[in-house]
Order: sequence, then structure tokens, then C-alpha cells
Amino acid sequence: MLIELNNVSHIYQDENNVKALKDINLEISKGEFIGIVGHTGSGKSTLVQLFNGLIIPSSGTVKVNGKNITNEKSNLKETRRHVALVFQYPEHQLFEETVFQDIAFGPKNLGLKKGEIEKRVKEVMDLVGLGYEEFKDRSPFNLSGGQQRKVAIAGVLALKPDVLVLDEPSAGLDPQGRKQLAELLKYLYQELEMTVILISHRMEEIAELASRVIVMHQGEIVIDDTPVKVFSQEQELHKLSLDLPQITEILHRLEEKGLKVNTNLFSISEASAEIIKALRSK
Amino acid sequence: MLKDITIGQYIARDSIVHALDARIKIIITTILIIALFTIDTFSGFGFFSAFILVVILLSKISLKKVLKGLKPILILVLFTLVIHVFLTKGGEVLWAWKFISIESEGVYTGFFMVSRIFILILFTSLLTLTTSPLQLTDGIEYILSPLKRFGVPASELSMMMTIALRFIPTLLEEADKIMKAQQARGADFESGNLIQRAKSLIPLLVPLFISAFRRADDLALAMESRCYRGGEGRTRLHELEFKYYDFIALIIIIILAVAVSFY
Repeated sequence: MLIELNNVSHIYQDENNVKALKDINLEISKGEFIGIVGHTGSGKSTLVQLFNGLIIPSSGTVKVNGKNITNEKSNLKETRRHVALVFQYPEHQLFEETVFQDIAFGPKNLGLKKGEIEKRVKEVMDLVGLGYEEFKDRSPFNLSGGQQRKVAIAGVLALKPDVLVLDEPSAGLDPQGRKQLAELLKYLYQELEMTVILISHRMEEIAELASRVIVMHQGEIVIDDTPVKVFSQEQELHKLSLDLPQITEILHRLEEKGLKVNTNLFSISEASAEIIKALRSK
Repeated sequence: MLKDITIGQYIARDSIVHALDARIKIIITTILIIALFTIDTFSGFGFFSAFILVVILLSKISLKKVLKGLKPILILVLFTLVIHVFLTKGGEVLWAWKFISIESEGVYTGFFMVSRIFILILFTSLLTLTTSPLQLTDGIEYILSPLKRFGVPASELSMMMTIALRFIPTLLEEADKIMKAQQARGADFESGNLIQRAKSLIPLLVPLFISAFRRADDLALAMESRCYRGGEGRTRLHELEFKYYDFIALIIIIILAVAVSFY
């Protein structure tokens, strides 16, 4: 098991003492693409920060690759190499003078040699779609928001993690940026066989990409299933103030009105084919 | 670890200390600071500490929280102590080695200064703990307002302070986030010698400054679009108002201060 959480609870130690997570049990295995959904304050961000020891839970154990990371402080650096985290608005953490140096920050911290660092930077810039020669010497602060985000994500990918965790990576991106990001995640998952954990408010994104969906509510995991099964529980999701992907919502409404359609479709092309089929057979 | 800093962090409680008028609290603090510097005996400090303890109890803020605010100044205090112990001469020679010597006067002054600094910080942090930043700056504005006549921009100054205080927690939160993000990329803030540690702060400080500037820009724009044009003729939602207990507190403090300084 890649990541294993046993009876994990977390309380933030400040004046409010918010109980962010309540008795979480979770297993994540290699090669999964997990989508985590839940409305604001449901504990999603806290949960993913447990995976690489950025937050040590108040109680319970977290195991990564079989190693308990909740009590051995010295190994956290090693853990963070395996489980990398892209925070919300990752472009806010850029700091170096050039794009190259910023992306090289992670590999440098790993103690890699110069040649290897250069190779990795080139590789990840290719991955995210930034031309190496064109961008490597530019200041990250003169790039557009979308390009900055690419640099930031490349900086995390340069660690060559086994698990990539992304906290709302598409927030604030334009449609094209979102599409490119989705393509990138698909590539990482399918071609490079990376385990990906994605937090998102966009159900379309989750439905399109994830192989497993975790729904969080008030610090607890309330649903943990395949996208098809999760998004068929329309009532349940609405109760948690979550939506279906828009296209699935349309199929549900059509079914309510008496059109016989399969409602477990999440992409526009599939859905339109289904609607046409249903109309023809009427 | 960044959350340990208490200065400028108001803790809301329903207590008599909180209810006092901000102006009175500022005046009281000033009087007591002056009184503190007239004290020249340890028993005076003891008396002072006892008084502060009473105020802390009245404020309903846990002693632990107040004492936490002393943590950041520990290094300064230690430094003062060491300097005095080794460099202030006079009295008996307690210990000597080659050209270094410790003399009784030095030890005495060292501890004397340390107590003074502790009490000073304790009391001033009590002011910021029990007074919301807004009230505090309103109070300062009132106190400074007679100086407006001489061209002191009292309301602008107080607006600046309000904004500064308001953004301390925000920036701390931001720093925490950036720190985590860089740690996720393998940055190490906790080990290494002093120079390495200072260097390792660059990945934290650069983004922090950038975000502070961005926030400043946004805030200026937001204020302008709500027609902020300086303090002239601005009214406020909560007017400060003197109550009878404000005067009682002030009288008690003046008596105390006089008693302590003539003690």
C-alpha cells in the first residue's frame, strides 16, 4: 500500500481549535487517480498535507510506502521526494531570478549533480509545455499567470515523485489553461504511471480524470467510490452542497422528463451521442 | 511555529480590562512604563509583577498565552544579561580568569535590566492582547489629534498602523503556506549553521515580499474605489466613549505609579 491512514484525526492548535479531520481511514495504492471533492472547509487540504508530513496529525498514523511518518521526523525529506504537493496558487511561491533556477530548486535540494539537474529541468519543461530555450533564462515574474503556474508545477514535477498531489490546480486558469492541465495530468497518470491525487471544485475535471472519487464533509470521508457510482448519488451530493458535472445534470433532468438515457456519462461527446440515440429510438 | 508570536494579536474576552477605553489603556501603559523606569529596587519590580498578574487574571486571558509573547525577546534578554554580567564593573569580584571578570555590580544590574525588559514587554503585550487593533489605533489617533494643528497627519498615521496590524496575521498565514510549499520541494528551514539558515530563508522571503506588495496594491485600489481620501471629516462606526470605570482605573494607576516611584 502506497499511502495508508489509520484512525487519523487532526485538530488545529489555535484559539478556535477546529477539528479538521475526524477518524479518517484511507488506503491509496499505486497507480490510482484519486479525485477529492467537498465544499470549502471540509478538510480536503488538511488531508492531503498529511500525505507528506507537512502536517503531523493529532492522533492516528500515516504510512507512506509502509513507513510510519507520524513519529520519525528525520525521514520526512525522503517522504517528500516520493509524495510531492502542488499547493493552491503555486505560482505564489516562485522566488528565483530565472525559470531554470526556480525549477531546479527542488532537484538541488535533493543533492543532484549539475548535469542531472539540467536534464530534469529540460524534461519537466517539456512536460508542462514550456520551451526550454525560450523560457529558461526569463524571470518567472514577467510571465503570464498561466505560464507562472506551469513553472511552479514543473518545479514540483522536477522532484520526480511517485505520487503527485494537487490542491485545486486549475483555480483561476482560463479554459485553455485548464485543458492543458488536464492533458498533463492524464499523461502523468497514463504514460508515466504516476499516482495522482487531485482536489478540485470542478466536477467535470474529476469525472473526466479520476479513477476513484473521495467525497469529504466536515472532516470525514462520506463517499469513497468510482466516479460512476459517486455521481449517480445525485440526492446525496446535493445534500453535501456539491454538484454533478453539468452534462450529467442535464442527462438526469432529461431522464426525469421521461427520456430514456444512460445518466452515467460525464463527457459532452458521450452524452450528446447518448441523447441523439435516445431521441432516435423514441 | 510562526503562530507563537503574540504581539499585535488580539484575543477577545469579556472582561473589565477589555472593556476599558483604548485611550485610557494607552495612557495607563505610558504612565506605567515611565514609572517602571523610576523603580530602582527589586521589591519594586516584585510589586509591579504582582500588579500585572492581577491585571492578567482580570483580563481572563490565560497566563500561558501572555507568557508565550515573551519568547521572541528571549535572545535580546539573554544578550543584555551577558553584556551586563561581563562588562559592568564594580563591587566584589566574584570570578576572574585572565582579563575576564564577573563582579557583583554587573550581576545585579544584569538581572535588574532583565526584569525591567520582561515587565515592559509583558505589560505592553497585555495592551495589544486586550485591545483590538482597531480600538488601539483609534485611541492613538485621539491622543495624537491635538498635534494635527502642527501638521502631524494623525489619522493617516493611525490608518497606517491599523493596516499594518491588520495584516500581521494574514502575512503570518501566508508565510506558513509558502514555507510548507517550499518544504514540499525539499527546502530545509530547520538545520544548518546560521549562514545556511539565513540563506534558506530566501525562498520564503522573496515570495512573501511579492505577495505583500501585491496585497498593498490591491488594498490601495480597493480603498480608492471606496472613495478613501484621507482622514478629514471621516466618521466612525464605533465612537470611543469614556465610562466611569475608565476614570477609576486611571486614578488607581496614577496612585500606584506615584506610590511606586516614591517607594
